[in-house]
Amino acid sequence: MGPLRLYGRYAAASIRAQFSYPGTLAMMIAGQFLVTVIEFIGVWALFRRFGQIGGWRLGDVALFYGLVSVTFSLADAATRGFDVFGSVFVKTGAFDRLLLRPRSTTLQLMGYELRLTRVGRLIQGVGVFAVGMALTGFQLTPAAMAILAFAIAGGVALFSGLLVMQATLSFWTVESLEAVNILTYGGEAAAEYPMNVYAAWFRDVLTFAVPIGCVTYLPMLAAMGRPDPLGAPGWVLPLAPAAGFLFLGIALFVWRFGLKRYASAGG
Amino acid sequence: MTQRGEWLPSPLRGGVGGGGLPDDLPPTEKTPRPAASQPPSPRGGGLPGALTPYLAVFAGRFQLMLQYRAAAFAGFITQCWFGIIRILIFAAFYAGGSAHAPMTLSNAIAYTWLGQAFLAFLPWNADPDVTEMVRTGAVAYEQLRPVDTYAWWYARALAWSIARVLPRATLMAAFAVVLIPLVGLGEWGMPPPPNAAAAGLFAVSVMGMVLLSASITLVINIVMTAMLTDRGPSTLAAPIVNLFSGMVVPLAFFPDAARPWLRAQPFAGLVDIPFSIYFGGLSGWRAVGAIALQFGWTAALIVGGRIWLGRVMRRLVVQGG
Repeated sequence: MGPLRLYGRYAAASIRAQFSYPGTLAMMIAGQFLVTVIEFIGVWALFRRFGQIGGWRLGDVALFYGLVSVTFSLADAATRGFDVFGSVFVKTGAFDRLLLRPRSTTLQLMGYELRLTRVGRLIQGVGVFAVGMALTGFQLTPAAMAILAFAIAGGVALFSGLLVMQATLSFWTVESLEAVNILTYGGEAAAEYPMNVYAAWFRDVLTFAVPIGCVTYLPMLAAMGRPDPLGAPGWVLPLAPAAGFLFLGIALFVWRFGLKRYASAGG
Repeated sequence: MTQRGEWLPSPLRGGVGGGGLPDDLPPTEKTPRPAASQPPSPRGGGLPGALTPYLAVFAGRFQLMLQYRAAAFAGFITQCWFGIIRILIFAAFYAGGSAHAPMTLSNAIAYTWLGQAFLAFLPWNADPDVTEMVRTGAVAYEQLRPVDTYAWWYARALAWSIARVLPRATLMAAFAVVLIPLVGLGEWGMPPPPNAAAAGLFAVSVMGMVLLSASITLVINIVMTAMLTDRGPSTLAAPIVNLFSGMVVPLAFFPDAARPWLRAQPFAGLVDIPFSIYFGGLSGWRAVGAIALQFGWTAALIVGGRIWLGRVMRRLVVQGG
């Protein structure tokens, strides 16, 4: 069985398991939706008072906001295994069992759980994006759709790369390091607004160190057909999400390094 | 933006700040059974004697929760980062013109740092120990204790929230009050209250916030005990608390027509009332009135919650065996 089909089996098993409590699942999805929707109500309230931020209106920000919310919900749903890697696999010694199986550890960890509760945030992201389209008249042309699909794929790769790095650190720290949340949840929160509203040092962190701006802000500009107010060359904008794949590649390289150093912690 | 995912507390993991900060609570923790589980002395107890078990459970849990230093430090780092993002966004909005803003940028910065420092006071979840008791059926034993269950749980909730907030708020004060001005970024740090009256009223209002937060945690506990699951109440509590407390955005930014109503509802006392008093947005008799409202809601929730818990416990049917 190829890795793709095997992942399909993992995902199907995880989905069936979550559907065995449909009421709970529906409530958790609704909760995710509500929690993220009220955040956008806050954005709306601020725009009612100020009108614009860094030259952007509510509709523009809704497009950036919706894109990163969709991207993050997908990544967050798929990477649960890496998120809990320290506490669930390393601390308990359960990781030893994954090593015995004739399949890559990354595939098995990806198959750990496909979290359907994140559908709540996905719905919020799509809804916010639709609000942005209605307010700005943004058209989903084939070119725009191609850029956005590439941006979402690059963004899922980037956030997954962060989770892989968090898991790699668990080889040394044993516990899952919550501080990585500032880059995942914190990065998502920062990318809800266009990067030009931030101070330069903060923008540089989010473009060059952890290239969240490359998978949200720059491709969204390309899809809107707007130049970067900060002056990034036009040809860079649609290609920028490649940085997400590069980031994931580096993360997987570091993961393999950590794997070699792994000595079981279980009893 | 959501802080925490399952931080969200559980719904947010993220959570507020994002509705989803990672949940840093220990999954379970054993309750110490000190003097607390002994019946109060039947003779000559008097008031101090009657309070002994509640003080003991408070002290035991307080000391226990203070042990989670790594969680407190991770929470502090996360809250600094979210505070920075929020302040940068406020600054960008204000840079475009603040004619319609209900407060100054400096006020908004104070509000943001206070919100991050006191984040753990927000009652997003039921008490995790009580959740565990409900799950296992051990909640029935609570009726065997010769103590008032409501007061017992209230003391636990108070200790839980205060012990989680104290280390984080201390670190946050060191960061926002001392460190930021020291490196020459004073305008981004936490400004002091405008006068002694504001400082004094703020101190009283923080006490109201702590008592109110515990009374709302108890409401969530009671709903959970009645439903025998924490899913529903904890899922709904986080979004309601975040929005109506003023954590998502200060209540003053909402449309003016909604403001009297927003200030009057109970959740305003968790964030908006104390923080607005701090920077002088609420002062004089209006501040005193807001504090009275805070304590009034707290008293109403305690009295109503105690009656409700009594009914729930009488009808309690536990599962498991």
